[in-house]
Amino acid sequence: MPADFSTARADFPALHQTVHGRPLVYLDNAATTHKPRVVIDALVRYYERDNSNVHRGLHALSMRATDSYEAARARAATFLNAADPAEIIFTRGTTEGINLVAQSWGPANLRAGDIILATEMEHHSNLVPWQRLAARTGATLRLVPVVGEDAGHGLDLDALDRLLTPQVKIFAFTHISNTLGTINRASDLCARAKNVGALTVVDAAQSAGHEPLDVRALGCDFLAFSGHKMAGPTGIGVLYGRRALLDALDPWQTGGGMVASVSYEGAQWKPSPERFEAGTPNIADAVALHAAMDYLDTFGRPALAGHDHALAARAAIELADIPGLRLIGPRPGQLRAGLVSFALKDVHAHDVVTFADQDGIALRGGHHCNQPLMKKLGLPSTVRASFYLYNTEADITALTTSLRRIVSFFGGT
Amino acid sequence: MSDFDDLYRDIILDHNRRPRHRGKLPTANRVVTGDNPTCGDNCTVYLRVEDGRIADISFEGSSCAISQASTSIMTTRLKGKTAAEAEVAFAGLKDILSTGRAPAEFDELAAFAGVHSFPARVKCATLGWHAALEALRQPDQPQISS
Ligand SMILES: Cc1ncc(COP(=O)(O)O)c(C=O)c1O
Repeated sequence: MPADFSTARADFPALHQTVHGRPLVYLDNAATTHKPRVVIDALVRYYERDNSNVHRGLHALSMRATDSYEAARARAATFLNAADPAEIIFTRGTTEGINLVAQSWGPANLRAGDIILATEMEHHSNLVPWQRLAARTGATLRLVPVVGEDAGHGLDLDALDRLLTPQVKIFAFTHISNTLGTINRASDLCARAKNVGALTVVDAAQSAGHEPLDVRALGCDFLAFSGHKMAGPTGIGVLYGRRALLDALDPWQTGGGMVASVSYEGAQWKPSPERFEAGTPNIADAVALHAAMDYLDTFGRPALAGHDHALAARAAIELADIPGLRLIGPRPGQLRAGLVSFALKDVHAHDVVTFADQDGIALRGGHHCNQPLMKKLGLPSTVRASFYLYNTEADITALTTSLRRIVSFFGGT
Repeated sequence: MSDFDDLYRDIILDHNRRPRHRGKLPTANRVVTGDNPTCGDNCTVYLRVEDGRIADISFEGSSCAISQASTSIMTTRLKGKTAAEAEVAFAGLKDILSTGRAPAEFDELAAFAGVHSFPARVKCATLGWHAALEALRQPDQPQISS
């Protein structure tokens, strides 16, 4: 029987607290989600029972630690429907995964005149590594524009087709915008890129814990996500890469665990995934991420996506009624990921967040690591409410009630 | 008084709603823009410095209520003052922010004592001041006419 969203709150210890004397309403899930008891227990159990180094020892604990770590890798492969666990590299998170691709694949494959394509809606972590790579290699970074507010802030697909020339060697884009709530049609974008022979990098930070993800159906070459945004711990993430590509890539960090043989003169690399995991990996958090993936799949990801989309769609409609509120991203009625970004006329995002915090509501206000996009929108910052499986319609009511009080507090004469 | 009411005192709300000296200053001979990179806010301060005194001052930019009110109050206090007097006033504000206590002689600046309980907002209260003091350290620039 599928798990029940109405009882999910009970699984998350941190949700049961008061903030400034009010029950916590946690709406900052796009920044990081809370962790269910099963994930916390997996972390504790690992340290209490199995703690050891992996791949090295022959003793019982080391073998258990290795088995648990490799089981987490196999689980991540099935979570993404990857063909082979060797296509799963554990990283610190999305940022590290993207940097790994930029640094390992980039210099060996780019020359002056080549084009790196990204989009105007990228998080800094899927923009700055490409800017730096372009500067290093003489390649040019181009960006797919975001269409206007009336059209709902999606990607300009006509412009994409014009930009996708044979000079484009790699196309990096986000599956879901953390600032706009736009959901990009990742499989379509990958197919268009493939037509010109470009590799694709999908930033799945905002989708991995919310949407069904199937790397083979998407047809992507690389995909990165973070455990902490999907009920897992901080400090662990996954980079998926197609096997044939990974085996042709140079490592990005070197040291123990990733070498097949070493002499004083040089070294030979192990194949993927070890080649990309130099040093002792984050074993405990990988094991806890395994528990998080299992937990999410008790709901089923189509149901998770449905739950989050429905809450955000409802919130968009209710927020649009608040005087002076400007909604960013998809229009009410358009498909929107589980978050709403908005600006209040005459009330700055930070004042909104401080006020809402007094009501026990956790929101995010700022540029959301998306400064150039904010500039394009003509806003210094927005307020963002982002939902997860434990949020309810009551949380939306708490939000809109607080926002109406904010408008009268700051706007009142 | 709750921490929150202490943060948004009436003086701050008033200066936020009706900022004083807001806008460009066509006769300015010093202009500095300060940025708060963590939140993307910015504040541009315009000064007309004559004979070592601030003859005129204005500001513009996009920022939160704390920042806007602090800069607005600053403009009312710094008009007619020298750079040394401005440094003293800013030192007083920083003292208020770090201790949460304000002696009576600080009058309007005392309203910022409540910011002390919100460490993340201290930078908001100093954004405009940093820009003004930076402008005071600069040499005169040609008048900006736009
Ligand atoms: C779309 C997107 N990409 C990348 C990241 C970076 O993730 P992390 O900080 O976990 O590496 C985030 C996190 O905010 C994000 O929302």
